[in-house]
Amino acid sequence: MIKKLFDKFRQTPVGKSIFRRNYTHTPKDRMQAIHGNVFFHLHPVNVRRGALKLGFTWAMGGITFLLFLILTISGVLLMFYYHPNTRDAYVDIKDLEFTVPFGLFLRNIHRWAAHLMVITAMVHMFRVFMTGSYKHPRQFNWVIGVILLTLTLLLSFTGYLLPWDQLGYWAITVGTNMARASPFVGHEGPFGPQLGMTAYNDLRFAMLGGSTVGSNALLRAYIWHCIALPVAAYVLLIVHFWRIRRDGGISGPQ
Amino acid sequence: MMDKKEKASAPKVPTGDARRRFFLKAAWGGIASFLLGSAVVFARFFYPRVLFEPPTRVKVGKPSEFLPGTVDTRFKDQYGVWIVRDDENRIFALRTVCTHLGCTPNWIESRNKFKCPCHGSGYLRNGVNVEGPAPRPLDRYKITLVDDGQILIDKSVIYRSVADKDPDETNPQSILIV
Repeated sequence: MIKKLFDKFRQTPVGKSIFRRNYTHTPKDRMQAIHGNVFFHLHPVNVRRGALKLGFTWAMGGITFLLFLILTISGVLLMFYYHPNTRDAYVDIKDLEFTVPFGLFLRNIHRWAAHLMVITAMVHMFRVFMTGSYKHPRQFNWVIGVILLTLTLLLSFTGYLLPWDQLGYWAITVGTNMARASPFVGHEGPFGPQLGMTAYNDLRFAMLGGSTVGSNALLRAYIWHCIALPVAAYVLLIVHFWRIRRDGGISGPQ
Repeated sequence: MMDKKEKASAPKVPTGDARRRFFLKAAWGGIASFLLGSAVVFARFFYPRVLFEPPTRVKVGKPSEFLPGTVDTRFKDQYGVWIVRDDENRIFALRTVCTHLGCTPNWIESRNKFKCPCHGSGYLRNGVNVEGPAPRPLDRYKITLVDDGQILIDKSVIYRSVADKDPDETNPQSILIV
């Protein structure tokens, strides 16, 4: 019934404009369907049966991507109720937890997915390493993966400050103090003072937008967390998936 | 054939090809310098010129308000500083940050020392670390006397002491003698 209606829709001018060719269940049409779709074409046209074995892939890459999608959607929803300033941030989170419909659920989804994504990304890398899938011709995709892991950790780090509670405040204090103690670019690190680094011109100052964890730091964390880092991650994810296809499909047992 | 010979003997005027190559180089150079400049601008953008932070230079009152041989804890919460005046009438401003991991120690009058609640570091009245995991004496801020007779603490200038050395000797600039 539904299939018949759908087939009928495909014959209408609107249906024809959306689906450019007729679809018959032949291998060629199946390939064309993947090939001709802007989202699917990033994906390999064919996937070997062995490469789908759960025992081999652990499905960790796919789960990491799924978590990233969940984080994007729940994160955008959280932004509707969150003001990134020191006066409102903490109470906005309380508001989300206690008064916003499904707010507690939303926040916890975001929180748990974030924790899980760090774990699954690492397990994914562990799997890729143990199966030797980083070797020729996939070396470059491994490099992109390392950058993506870094972005995941940075997203985790910047998101930590946003509730503006004691936990996040001190986590960012400690984290940026590491920048303070970095060689050359930190004012308390090796060679930092010799290069003229002070608390007002070193790397930590650029991260915080000031010399203390204050309103500038909160706003910067918010913008990195909600715009800059996710956009960079999505661009690299596209390359990551595209390279799987270009490097001969997903790796599988020999 | 004729053309080539003519070209070779002609004075050195850029031909169409060489000119094109020059323009191409200039164009790429222009794009490269634009991108480089943009990167510098982008980096500089992240360093604000004006900050809306608590002031780093604070006045704490006249030297006569601090009695010899006392540790003044009045400015601990507000400015993060202890004003200490010793028996030899030297005043210095100790930074209220433990040199171990950055907790805030307490001045304990009865035991005549600063004690950190986190890991038990202890400091003498002059900031020297005497017990616990603290690796060096307490830091000091720059301290000067200004025109209206008040003590000015400059928190942006921090004098960092070295372990096992008298902070009075390593940081003579951190002391105000009255």
